[in-house]
Amino acid sequence: MRTCGATPGGPSLDGIDVTKQTVIQGVILKEGENDSVPNGAPVTNGHVRLLDASGEFTAEVPTNLEGQFRFFAAPGSWTLVVQAPGARVEKKIVAAQGEPTDLVIQI
Amino acid sequence: MSRETSLVTADWVAENLNNPKVVIVEVDEDTTLYAQGHIENAITFHWREDLQDGLIRDLISKEKFEALLSKSGISNDSTVVLYGGNNNWFATYAFWYFKVYGHADVRLLDGGRKRWELDARPFVTEVPTRTATRYVAKERDNSIRAYRDEVIAAIGSKNIVDVRSPAEFSGELAAPAHLPQEGGQIKGHIPTAKNIPWSKAANEDGTFKSDAELKEIYQGAGVDLAKDTIAYCRIGERSAFSWFVLHELLGVNNVKNYDGSWTEYGSLVGVPVAVGA
Repeated sequence: MRTCGATPGGPSLDGIDVTKQTVIQGVILKEGENDSVPNGAPVTNGHVRLLDASGEFTAEVPTNLEGQFRFFAAPGSWTLVVQAPGARVEKKIVAAQGEPTDLVIQI
Repeated sequence: MSRETSLVTADWVAENLNNPKVVIVEVDEDTTLYAQGHIENAITFHWREDLQDGLIRDLISKEKFEALLSKSGISNDSTVVLYGGNNNWFATYAFWYFKVYGHADVRLLDGGRKRWELDARPFVTEVPTRTATRYVAKERDNSIRAYRDEVIAAIGSKNIVDVRSPAEFSGELAAPAHLPQEGGQIKGHIPTAKNIPWSKAANEDGTFKSDAELKEIYQGAGVDLAKDTIAYCRIGERSAFSWFVLHELLGVNNVKNYDGSWTEYGSLVGVPVAVGA
């Protein structure tokens, strides 16, 4: 469980040259919030799939022990598909180089 | 070679966890997954430390493969069941590897770790101890492995299937999107290759589509399966997945995996390269 006040999001970007990468990352949480901050338990057995603008599979990662995931994509439109036992959520995003997309997705 | 002899379901694995003839082996791209939890009684092979030569870029030698299987307690008559993360990419690479060295009975868990997790089946952290064996491998079967000169000669004559994502095929990305885009080699694909991403063959839960659907994916893309086929990707693991589909599930014999793949081809001096869709 995340502590109240922590800022949820993807893994640390330390050591990654974000100016050269198109980072799409985030955290998958079960529903729940505290003072408008999402703080549900991290989903550690989820899978996040990245589809390109035509809906074609591009990559997939399992969530880590913090419920987080990360992709290195290209600028443009993408769709994330989150799968976990009993849950499936789709989210459309537009990614840009140099400006990491950092998401909190609740399922 | 058929779905019945090459593929097992999660139910089958659950019923055979303690079958002494069965050895379950996890092979992951993310090699930390096994320690976090794995199927009961499964052992693991590290795709780089156990399955790459380390000095030169090649498969490990027959002698090293024999030593690896012997110390892992795998016998020549064992039923080896492979599974892994990332939709079985590296597990199918290991499957192809076992076939290169002539193992008789090797199978893949349909859907791999993902299907197991989505079913909320249990993982354990205990590492089993296995009694060492004296494994004897066969000489490498090069009828399922393509080398670079054969690939160059196949341009315009044999089927070349690029199983990477459309963004890698077109030259937009240098690597799968879960890895940093820092590939040293140039971007693009082998001329005359057809882009049939590995993922076309899998359902969203990682299990394989039906034989009829699989056949249509290749034939619908204009691949004449009567001709010789070479599959490639970036480092040979996703193409092992597509090789598995063609060679093992559909029983097409004349299919090779080019494990040198784009990291080799895209570094060769003077070979033709195509970009765009």
